[in-house]
Amino acid sequence: MSLTTLRDPTAETSPTRRARLAPSPSTDGKVVALMDIGKRRGNEFLDRLEGHFKKAGVATRRYAKPTNTKVAPTELLQKIAAEAQLAVIALSD
Amino acid sequence: MPDSFAPQDGFVIVAKRECHTCEMITPVMQQIDREAPLVVYMQDDPTFPSGLRNVVDDHALERSFHLGVETVPTLIRYQGGREVGRTFGWDRAEWVKLAGPAAAGEGLPAFQPGCGSKSVEPGVQEILIARYGDPGLKARAIDVGEWDDPIEACFERGWSDGLPVVPPTDERILRMLGGTERKPDEIVGLIPPNLSPCTVEKVAINAVMAGCKPEYMPVVLGVVEAALDPLFVLHGLLCTTHFSGPVVMLNGPVTKSIGMNSGVNALGQGNRANATIGRALQLIVRNVGGGLPGAIDRATLGNPGKYTFCFAEDESDPDWEPLAQRRGIAAGKNAVTLFQGEGVRGFIDQRSRTPEELVRSLALGLWGVSHPKLANVGNAILVLSPEHYQIFKDGGWNRRRIEDELHQALKRPGSELVYGAQNVAEGLPPEMAGKVIDKFQPMPDGVLIVRAGGPAGLFSAIIGGWPGQRVSAECRAVTHEIK
Repeated sequence: MSLTTLRDPTAETSPTRRARLAPSPSTDGKVVALMDIGKRRGNEFLDRLEGHFKKAGVATRRYAKPTNTKVAPTELLQKIAAEAQLAVIALSD
Repeated sequence: MPDSFAPQDGFVIVAKRECHTCEMITPVMQQIDREAPLVVYMQDDPTFPSGLRNVVDDHALERSFHLGVETVPTLIRYQGGREVGRTFGWDRAEWVKLAGPAAAGEGLPAFQPGCGSKSVEPGVQEILIARYGDPGLKARAIDVGEWDDPIEACFERGWSDGLPVVPPTDERILRMLGGTERKPDEIVGLIPPNLSPCTVEKVAINAVMAGCKPEYMPVVLGVVEAALDPLFVLHGLLCTTHFSGPVVMLNGPVTKSIGMNSGVNALGQGNRANATIGRALQLIVRNVGGGLPGAIDRATLGNPGKYTFCFAEDESDPDWEPLAQRRGIAAGKNAVTLFQGEGVRGFIDQRSRTPEELVRSLALGLWGVSHPKLANVGNAILVLSPEHYQIFKDGGWNRRRIEDELHQALKRPGSELVYGAQNVAEGLPPEMAGKVIDKFQPMPDGVLIVRAGGPAGLFSAIIGGWPGQRVSAECRAVTHEIK
């Protein structure tokens, strides 16, 4: 399999890398998803974060990947996208 | 480019087994090989011909491409590492002149033409340029990861209208550029909303993505240029809250040569030219101009025609004056008419039998455009189906008569239309009550009549226009010849 090269169909005013969402300027009125990817002690990190969010009056919801060895299932990602507007993923170990 | 396999002093022959002439001259190749250094590049079967010392597999056609071979067999002579002569096909005198008596080919005919090189077969040349040459393209190259799907990569970069696009690779772009004689770096115009310069190459890239064939390129270029006519107000059209988008109507011989549909389901799916030419315009607006839905495109609802909306007029009846001619284009020329239009609304009339009945009925349907109590908000296209047209034709009405009668039938007393009349709040200001109101602007801009559709069905179609058209000096449908 070889590399495919495409030609930019745009006016080339933006970087070639695909655009990422900008960080949200505020958490007002938003639900923050706290995602445990299944690595050790990720839950501790998320517990602490949850406490901070709670104190600040920000709603949170907890999610977890079934296993840390595989990418998150589409259903889980769709659930997070439907229920939350921001997400924090714990990459602890 | 010097050929790394070629002998310093000797010969190269490029051949393919499936060429009868190549097969015929096998004894000549063997004789040259006995007497001088010889390298044979085989385009299809490196096991052929047998008994030669240096047969190089050129399945990939890299050597054939670099040597610029158009015909096989081709014999090239090298001296001091440089090419000093070549001949192609089989011509004994030429071969002997180049390679001496070893190339005499006793018993063979004096002359036999060769076959086309695999490197110049349709579609192959562009792949070889992309692979081994300089495609000469100016657009930024973007590498897609080895394990990534190029179609998904296009989605992720925001280059799609929501449907899969054909990944714009160099060979596809080169093929598309082959459809026009215009230079790739020529600027076609500034595409709104960002007023970004759009080259022929960018048009080709987006035409590839839309799924166009190279032979559509002159039409796509003509459509883009017409869309940039200031009277078409593309910038306003693409950012409106209204439903409208560009509706592309094509006339002239090109519609037949590229196989456009003006018949059954002409406004529907299933025809490549109809589908992709309209889509190419939308992708150019999106990608080059930056006209993104939800960003500057603020349509409240939009309409499915904003994916693509393009069809050809049925010009099969010599009694009918086609739309482009009505709008000033000479007969026999190719032309595009662009209209700022919303979706298709069906019009059914299965009871009218005379032109007088039908024109009154059509006027009723046309009054529904925008709102049945609003006038001069937007014009309309009337797509007249064959069965409805036949009623006019049988009654001896030509285009001009239909337009005149329709214009009269589209007048209503203002008293029926003012605010509150018919117990409906929407309508015209009270001061219009004593006037006679025209629904649309004068012909031919008020109602653009165009013929299309399948042979069965007393149905026609109405495509409502954009409120921007109410200031006709600044904004209206445009018709351009396609050169």
